[in-house]
Amino acid sequence: MLRYTVLRTGSLLISLIVASLVIFFTLEVVPGDPASFMLGINAQPETIAALREELGLNLSPWARYVGWVTGLVQGDLGVSYTYRTPVAEIVAERLVISLPLAGYALALTILIAFPVGIWAATRRGSVADISVMGATQLGIAIPNFWFAMLMVLVFAINLRWFSAGGFPGWDEGFWVSKKALTLPAISLALPQASILARVMRSSLLDTLDQDYIRTARAKGLTKGQALRGHALRNALIPVLTIIGLQFSFLLAGAIIIENVFFLPGLGRLVFQAISQRDLIVVESVVMLLVFAVIMVNFLVDLAYSWVDPRLRGRR
Amino acid sequence: MRNLVLGLCLTVLFVLGALVSFVWTPYDHAALEIANKLKPPSLAHWFGTDHLGRDILSMIMVGARTSIAVAIVAVGIGIGLGVPLGLLAAAKSGSLLDEVIMRSNDLIFAFPSLLIAIMITAVFGPSAVNAIIAIGIFNIPVFARVTRGAALSLWTRDYVLAARVAGKGALRISVEHILPNVTNLLIVQGTIQFSLGILAEAALSYVGLGAQPPTPSWGRMLADSQTLFMLAPHITLFPGFAILLTVLGLNLAGDGLRDLIDPKLRRGAR
Amino acid sequence: MSLLRIDNLDLDIYGTPILKGVSLEIGQGEIHGIIGESGSGKSMTALSVMQLLPEGSQCRGAVHLDGVSVLEADEAALCAMRGDAVGMVFQEPMTALNPLQTIGAQVAETILIHQDVSRSEALARAAKVLRRCELPPEQFPLSRYPHELSGGQRQRVVIAMAIALRPKLLIADEPTTALDVTTQADILRLIQQLVREDGMSVMFITHDLAVVTGLADRISIMRHGAVVEQGGGASLHHKMQHPYTKSLFAASSHQPERAVPAPDAPLLKVEGLVRSYPAGRRSLFGTAKRVLAVDDVSFEIQKGESVGLVGESGCGKSTLTRAILGLEATQAGRIYLGGDEVLSGGQASADVRRKMQVVFQDPYGSFNPRHKVDRLVSEPFHLLGRKATAAEIDEALVSVGLTPADKHKYIHEFSGGQRQRIAIARALIIKPELIILDEAVSALDVSIRAQILDLLADLSERYGLTYLFISHDLSVVRSITDRVLVMKQGRIVDQGPSEALFSNPQHPYTKSLIEAVPVLPGA
Repeated sequence: MLRYTVLRTGSLLISLIVASLVIFFTLEVVPGDPASFMLGINAQPETIAALREELGLNLSPWARYVGWVTGLVQGDLGVSYTYRTPVAEIVAERLVISLPLAGYALALTILIAFPVGIWAATRRGSVADISVMGATQLGIAIPNFWFAMLMVLVFAINLRWFSAGGFPGWDEGFWVSKKALTLPAISLALPQASILARVMRSSLLDTLDQDYIRTARAKGLTKGQALRGHALRNALIPVLTIIGLQFSFLLAGAIIIENVFFLPGLGRLVFQAISQRDLIVVESVVMLLVFAVIMVNFLVDLAYSWVDPRLRGRR
Repeated sequence: MRNLVLGLCLTVLFVLGALVSFVWTPYDHAALEIANKLKPPSLAHWFGTDHLGRDILSMIMVGARTSIAVAIVAVGIGIGLGVPLGLLAAAKSGSLLDEVIMRSNDLIFAFPSLLIAIMITAVFGPSAVNAIIAIGIFNIPVFARVTRGAALSLWTRDYVLAARVAGKGALRISVEHILPNVTNLLIVQGTIQFSLGILAEAALSYVGLGAQPPTPSWGRMLADSQTLFMLAPHITLFPGFAILLTVLGLNLAGDGLRDLIDPKLRRGAR
Repeated sequence: MSLLRIDNLDLDIYGTPILKGVSLEIGQGEIHGIIGESGSGKSMTALSVMQLLPEGSQCRGAVHLDGVSVLEADEAALCAMRGDAVGMVFQEPMTALNPLQTIGAQVAETILIHQDVSRSEALARAAKVLRRCELPPEQFPLSRYPHELSGGQRQRVVIAMAIALRPKLLIADEPTTALDVTTQADILRLIQQLVREDGMSVMFITHDLAVVTGLADRISIMRHGAVVEQGGGASLHHKMQHPYTKSLFAASSHQPERAVPAPDAPLLKVEGLVRSYPAGRRSLFGTAKRVLAVDDVSFEIQKGESVGLVGESGCGKSTLTRAILGLEATQAGRIYLGGDEVLSGGQASADVRRKMQVVFQDPYGSFNPRHKVDRLVSEPFHLLGRKATAAEIDEALVSVGLTPADKHKYIHEFSGGQRQRIAIARALIIKPELIILDEAVSALDVSIRAQILDLLADLSERYGLTYLFISHDLSVVRSITDRVLVMKQGRIVDQGPSEALFSNPQHPYTKSLIEAVPVLPGA
């Protein structure tokens, strides 16, 4: 168990380092000087030079990379070229929307997918199974941002149950804020839940065909007991992998969905930063998202060893 | 079987629409007719007109070209680079090379295609080509993984051992014995990635990172409709259904193909 | 009075008839063997008694267990019966246990399901049952997971689960088929002992006549879903008259006719061969440990000779085979074939390789399903750097009893026995001197196996072939080889002329192997 964790942690660190290299040096080749961009076309060369000095743009790329990473580790993401405020502050402001949104969506995904998948698997081949699986096909094929627009049309504009967009801020109280995130979370969760329900179903069907389920039935367990006692945990192993992958889709999807609902999250920040050539913000946000994805997959790997004793190192 | 037929019909419908648009569309998809803006569906304009009075059916037909082209090229990139990498990793399984290939794959998985697109856009600016690259890069590890996984189990087969006894090298065995036996799987994965590519292209165009005007695209039609769809829902509905049905068609076709190829997976029948 | 009574049982699965009018009775304390080749319906008969049939199954007839009609019982009654009145042991111990649960929990579950006892009491009783099955908790704590046990040990866990509540009937479906001979002997002895202690009745299903004849009081022979003959145990083969039974007995103890070769020059020479692997994954700190799969092995095979290599799974015989074929890098030692070294400078040369070919165990996995037979069979011509001519392909196919027309077919159009003939044709086509037969008949039913053994004997005579016959099945090796090498833990521990070695084994390990082999009475 310890060995497994140590090995995983090692590969986590390597992934993070390589990811930071890729991000930094991809954005490093960007044509155009942020300093002249920030000051506009009429700026004096001396002013530009001073700003370049201030932003550290005169250092070698490696030196700047090391500076950037050292800052990252200490929670210092640098200073935004356009806002002239610490990136960490801007990001933190946005993160309190994007992260709860992705988490909310992930929770909904699991809460929908597990029961549906299990329910369909236990009724393999029945009309119920076929219609539920047909519905998930639709769920997978719907572009989530379009689904979000349709939901706004129905629930915000026609039924007036929710507001069409915007975010009141967490100061307004948990439930008010949560309500503002509900439609976005549902539109993010539905396609992912459809995928996960299908994975859950087929994984469960695979395990139900295994020899040890027959063994359990030969002991006198009913179908339901064998499902709960033996099949579910085994079926969870491939499902965990998919959940890990889905988190990155949810994060990326959140960036798009924020656009539909005018949520001031990371997504909108990133698009603004791109149009303003505020590369340090783009770098930091992308790094943050990649960090989150890598961390989640790391946690999924650890969860494996919790589920599967075969990974806990041999005695 | 029913799924396969339905899926293929939908797919063929959209591919045909895209092909026909090269020679004929009901109207010029770019022709503005402000006087005629936001008209609901009618006999003259089957799917209505948008906020600039353009014919939505024509735009959808031409937009299908963008979607299909982006998705096909992106899948091509994924197969062209991912499959050889997967074959190589499997042939040298357990070696440092295998480890490096698979670790880099894991790393690319940490960058969802949208993040790749954001980075590319930040560097080169938004365009359909950059959308293709972003989706294509994301497809590489998908195909590499699928190929490696299937190839690894094939490498343990006795017929591969027999080929080695016959003096054949890893490259030759990969081409002669491994590749033909993973094609089925690749076709199925290809349809899935194709449909994901269409979704991704729509999403990128929607946020302005994909095809740029004047190239028509379903995602941008939806983006354009965003502020107006309360007034004229049809400008949102038709492009959305175009995406939905194409993706649905491809997914159904993919599932149908898999069932056809691998009878073991035919769950419904049992 | 009989404990289990099956009357005229028919079984259809989605309309396909699987069982046709099966009738049999098992008395109190009786061991009843059911024998048949693959597809004979023997396992389905057992699953009918348990009512654990695949979906789409439809039973007609009657099955009475201890007076209760099984076919009419509802699901709740069946669940109460399974595990309590009837226990079942399956063929594949590697997959029969839930990998995520401890063995203690899995054995205790049988008790918890049927009796109202506390979890700790169930675990205490599970420990006792495991001890009865010779897995004492001191050595095998209840907290072990299945992957920490060997195949034989896992099978003991499965048996413990089946007998935990001392059922009246134990159904054992090929319980030893997946195990090595010595483990098989241990498990058979264990089952016999448990049966004696508890007075259980047993339905013992197997394809191996020899396994069951020493064990069963009565046996039923099944074929194509029907019982063709039933009779008493030990003297069965004298009394049984049905032609299929007779052919089955004949095939089981089949001895192909072979000419004794005149000793010639040595063809294959292995000297001090060593092959080691890193042990498991490398440990995080410290150096990698290594496992010796082949440990200083030396032997010779004369031209025209047929030599057997026997040993239990994991003894290193597969590694040795691959090393001889030039597919494995070795750490020390040399292999010569016809005077030339197989591996020179880490590379096996085509010149040496063309003198040997191989036939594998699995008739289904040995061929690329996408190629036609002509391409499959002619693959070794790669070593000669040219394509096979049509005449050469035809000759190879004809020599193994197939027709030239077969070359245009795909492999899925052939049965297991025919595929093994094609595998032999592939090995023969470039006229090698040495053919390595790696468990080449192990996956075949006895009647097919007998035909293939005859073919091999015939071919060796016709083409002057030398065989290295690798098998875990000692009776097969005895029937087809002149000399035998016995391998254990990477070493050749014993060798000698087949007949002498088998009839009068000297080495203790050889002795234990031979004693473990079940024998057909009178064979």
